Amino acid sequence: MSLPTVLQGRAHVYARAHINTDEIIPARYLNVHEEAELAKHAMEDIDVDFVKKVQPGDFIVGGEDFGCGSSREHAIWALRGAGVKAVIASSYARIFFRNAVNNGFLVLECPEAVAAVQDGQTLQLDLEAGVLHIHETGATFTFVPLSDFAKAFLAEGGLLPYLVARMKGGAA
Amino acid sequence: MPMTITEKILAAHSGRESVRPGEIVNARLDLVICHEVTTPPAVEMLRKLGITKVWDPTKILVTPDHFVPNKDIKSAELTKALRQWREEQGIERYYEIGNHGICHALAPEQGHVHPGMTIICGDSHTTTMGALGTFASGVGSTDLAAGLATGELWFRVPESILFNLEGAPQRGVFSKDIILEIIRRIGVDGARYMAMEYRGSALPHLSMEARFTITNMAIEAGGKSGIFPVDAITEAYLAERTPEKGTRFESDEDATYAQTHTLRVDELEPMVALPGLPSNGTPISQTKAVKMDQVYIGSCTNGRIEDLRIAASVFKGQKVAAGTRAIVVPATTTVWKQAMKEGLMDIFAEAGCVISTATCGACLGGHMGVLGADETCLSTTNRNFTGRMGHPTSKVYLASPATAAATAITGALADPRDFLPKPVAEEQQMWGV
Repeated sequence: MSLPTVLQGRAHVYARAHINTDEIIPARYLNVHEEAELAKHAMEDIDVDFVKKVQPGDFIVGGEDFGCGSSREHAIWALRGAGVKAVIASSYARIFFRNAVNNGFLVLECPEAVAAVQDGQTLQLDLEAGVLHIHETGATFTFVPLSDFAKAFLAEGGLLPYLVARMKGGAA
Repeated sequence: MPMTITEKILAAHSGRESVRPGEIVNARLDLVICHEVTTPPAVEMLRKLGITKVWDPTKILVTPDHFVPNKDIKSAELTKALRQWREEQGIERYYEIGNHGICHALAPEQGHVHPGMTIICGDSHTTTMGALGTFASGVGSTDLAAGLATGELWFRVPESILFNLEGAPQRGVFSKDIILEIIRRIGVDGARYMAMEYRGSALPHLSMEARFTITNMAIEAGGKSGIFPVDAITEAYLAERTPEKGTRFESDEDATYAQTHTLRVDELEPMVALPGLPSNGTPISQTKAVKMDQVYIGSCTNGRIEDLRIAASVFKGQKVAAGTRAIVVPATTTVWKQAMKEGLMDIFAEAGCVISTATCGACLGGHMGVLGADETCLSTTNRNFTGRMGHPTSKVYLASPATAAATAITGALADPRDFLPKPVAEEQQMWGV
């Protein structure tokens, strides 16, 4: 699997701090773990209309400590199932970040961009260069480019497929 | 090199002389705990990859706890999958309904947690078990799968924050009040990525049960783990449960801490975290008598026997206020049986409380007391996030079991010191008054 180095999508901005995994996928839906099912309720307790608005390839822009609270990996699966391609936040809670990396789900830290992006704007992410570009305003922001390790995870689709590919000699 | 207790445990489990915060280590796991919400996805991941056997069935503990007894068909399918998997893997440490409990309360209670261990579970409140001098941290399902398959997991060695707890808590002040005050001070991300370590002259006044409440809520400050040193109280707790003594690690006096905080426990008053975030702690004297539709006493935070004893001492001879519902949820079956034996169940029932079997239940908006739109609930649980216990417009207040029981009696946020039995003065004791 190859990783596209430039992603483009629309921003859904929820810039509040401490958006927690109960809001991203409420526990009342944790009796399933299929992505398509979870996706129907993504972000439901913070924005009931999110699933109507989101398009495949879109981004979520969040504030400090994004994904705090419960360790439920269902939060990542719900977002990915809903078509979200990446989260750009000021900072992340530990377990959410780890779950994202383990799933090959893109999470970027860029507080300056979070302050500047308006809801509905189109963003371009250059993963190689570590640059975020706001299409409407022309503003650009830099983020720490992905490590080779994170890129390998993203390319393979997460920790477990990466490990298996490595065991088979398929990935570096 | 001087190290903290957390650094020593991680070094010992990764074949290293010493480790420093920020380093990545691959640590051997001593115990992996599994429940029905996050384990079945992990099992499916392993199956897809053709991994059919766990690394060591004797180091895994399984109990259904979140939505038990099964709240609906989909939950029944989850517990069924968990049950089948543990059978096929030959995992003997399995606690079926009737012996079950909320995993973070059950595992220590049943003697499976020993000092010096490394423990993971697909649940953020795994930090609870650090009260026994372990490194215990919550993970997602992928990490759980990796741990189950290999018996190892990578960790970034966390910085530690030292909390010196000083003095003896006053009457009506409990460990829940201490941790709510800590989270109020440092915020819900104040310990992000870090280990929260406790010391100080208050420790001899904190039972094991009280300590579990404090480490349970490490994650509510963003912490990776919470940890108490092993002392006589720890040893007495272990001696009642297991012949294992574990390995006792101690922080070096000159170990490095990212931050040090001192908390005068003797100056605290009962705390209430107002709705929204666990960091919204407010001393009870500064709160208004908000009407409560429901009071919930239970969870991995405050559902142990000591919590029920405290609640019962307040409820004794009292009634739940008209217009308020009170629900008591022992954290494990053993706690349930003990409460029955001690007559606590009678006190709760006479007061007009509903008593449930052990379950995570309504703490996370599952079942057994879910809130409707705009309803208010004073809860002894750990999170008061939007929608945590039910409808997104419902409001959750967090407090100790004593404050919860006092609130149930008055029907509005109340100070437990008005209800707790008065300590008998020494002179009166002498005269047998």
